[in-house]
Amino acid sequence: MFINFFFDLKQASLPVSLKEYLMLMEAMNKRVVDSFNVNDFYYLSRSALVKDERYLDKFDRVFGHSFKGLENPQGETTKEIPEEWLKLLGQKYLTDEEKKMIESLGGWDKLMETLKQRLEEQKKRHQGGSKWIGTGGTSPFGAYGYNPEGIRIGQKEGKNKKAVKVWDKREFSNLDGDVELGTRNIKIALRRLRKFAREGAETELDLDNTIKSTAHKGYIDVKMMPERRNKIKVLLFFDVGGSMDAHVKICEELFSAARTEFKHMEYFYYHNCLYDAVWKDNNRRYNDNIKTWDVLHTYPSDYKVIFVGDAEMSPYEITYPGGSVEFWNEESGETWLTRMLNVYENAIWLNPIPERYWDRIASTSIIKQIFSDRMFPLTIEGIDQAMRELNK
Amino acid sequence: MKFEGTSSYIATEDLKVAVNAAITLERPIIVKGEPGTGKTMLAHEVAKSLDAEIITWHIKSTTKAQQGLYEYDAVTRLRDSQLGDEKVKDIKNYISKGKLWNAFESDKRPVLLIDEIDKADIEFPNDLLLELDKMEFFVYETGETIKAQNRPIVIITSNNEKELPDAFLRRCFFHYIKFPDPNTMEEIVEVHYPDIKKDLIQEAFKIFYDIREVPGIKKKPSTSELIDWLKLLMTDDVDAKILREKDPKKLIPPLHGALLKNEQDVHLFERLAFISRRENENVE
Repeated sequence: MFINFFFDLKQASLPVSLKEYLMLMEAMNKRVVDSFNVNDFYYLSRSALVKDERYLDKFDRVFGHSFKGLENPQGETTKEIPEEWLKLLGQKYLTDEEKKMIESLGGWDKLMETLKQRLEEQKKRHQGGSKWIGTGGTSPFGAYGYNPEGIRIGQKEGKNKKAVKVWDKREFSNLDGDVELGTRNIKIALRRLRKFAREGAETELDLDNTIKSTAHKGYIDVKMMPERRNKIKVLLFFDVGGSMDAHVKICEELFSAARTEFKHMEYFYYHNCLYDAVWKDNNRRYNDNIKTWDVLHTYPSDYKVIFVGDAEMSPYEITYPGGSVEFWNEESGETWLTRMLNVYENAIWLNPIPERYWDRIASTSIIKQIFSDRMFPLTIEGIDQAMRELNK
Repeated sequence: MKFEGTSSYIATEDLKVAVNAAITLERPIIVKGEPGTGKTMLAHEVAKSLDAEIITWHIKSTTKAQQGLYEYDAVTRLRDSQLGDEKVKDIKNYISKGKLWNAFESDKRPVLLIDEIDKADIEFPNDLLLELDKMEFFVYETGETIKAQNRPIVIITSNNEKELPDAFLRRCFFHYIKFPDPNTMEEIVEVHYPDIKKDLIQEAFKIFYDIREVPGIKKKPSTSELIDWLKLLMTDDVDAKILREKDPKKLIPPLHGALLKNEQDVHLFERLAFISRRENENVE
């Protein structure tokens, strides 16, 4: 049974390993929890198998699936939901018009009756569909549905607390970022981009200087120096929206890796090609944008620039003023890119589209040319090469 | 040895299971969660409840794994050798023990808190893999192996600023402290201020959870901030009525400085209060 559960987790692409499974078995063996009920087992296995809050929701789902029907013998699931409560809830959630609509459907009592009937027919938890009571469906009964005359059988706290299984509550649902644990490889690749400098507090022994000074003065004279630190500064530009939607995942990974790897990093978003403004928050891109001139003036030329984008667009969007698909740009994308490259000597373009297609896309070739061939595929290998290039 | 929560710390059922699993299996436990949910407190409370010594190791960006084991002070030895000090003959005089060494030496099973491990360099957890797994390490200078007499209970906290390596995670238990629901929160407040007025709590909670729901707020107030705020409300003897005040002109809660920690949030909150005030006026 547990083996199956483990493979279910694997199948749901949760990063669980044999070591963790054995750890769980050991914990079971040593009786970490005295009374063996399902809740305790759930807590224990969650603690042993899940190592990142992002996966908690997924884990809850798999757990619910694997151990369906396995409940506490004492904790009967309540099939009877008090009518009063349903009425109260209904009154709370329904507007007057909706209530009228119910009347037209045969009235409140009829609805209640049908509901009761269905509750009796239905023994299991249900999701989707259009008849049964459950979640996400279009039946008038259940939670998160679309039917306006629906009754929300919310898992209201306190009222039927016992009936709700802990994992079914899915309390961690908004933490599931669905970002695979691939960022570590990217981080390692990004590490190539390092420029060490000694700045700040003097914490290390400077051996050469100490020997020199000691010989000079005739007694031990210890000299210290600051530690070597990575002093690289990076500007990241991400293409968002449109054709880039297909590459969101890899971009997220790159972003999260870069943010931890570089101490001085600034990021901006653009769409398709660089024009006179960029933005930092996609929700407010039209209100809170930043003039590209300001970017050029704010960050000194020792910043390294990384563009991320598929460079797939109509060639006019790059070469002609007014070519942008979204607004009237006074100056062409090419002008802006060239301006950027004139200020920042070290700049590269990372392209999520595989390298073999680049030549066939006109816009990609143009951008590659503008960047004097410094375009690299967005793969571990490509990032590696790109970082070497930036280090030059 | 079993952790059951203490009179001053409310531990949820899942937290207890996770901590007890870590204690029984003698493996480290990683505790994550929003700032101010009592991650660091947990270690102190576990120590208190098990009547064990607590050894804390606060991690900074400059902390190296080696510092937790031991440090060899070559510079002092060099200087002493110049001055002809007798101490110089024994290298042991120049080895200063780190927190891990202290924990391994302890007669009774101690609690070792490694606080904010994500602050350190990305390789830091990897450098401690073997030491935490085997609970032993080798001192090159003296050639001795330090082995834990009693495997300490290791509690590691992380604020999620960096991802921890898989190999490290695999060896640990994990617990994510989620933000307490109002019921648990009430218990927590009860533990801190047993004689607080009930109605004050209710009104304060409402405001507190409302603020947490404000969209776009930069730093959500946390448990520890709520506790501070309640303390202020109590010392100033603010009446529950004032909190219940629905007069739109006084929408900003009293002593809000304890809850909102940066000027953008205060500003945002004021703006929202202003909007709701205008809406109210329109209705009238």
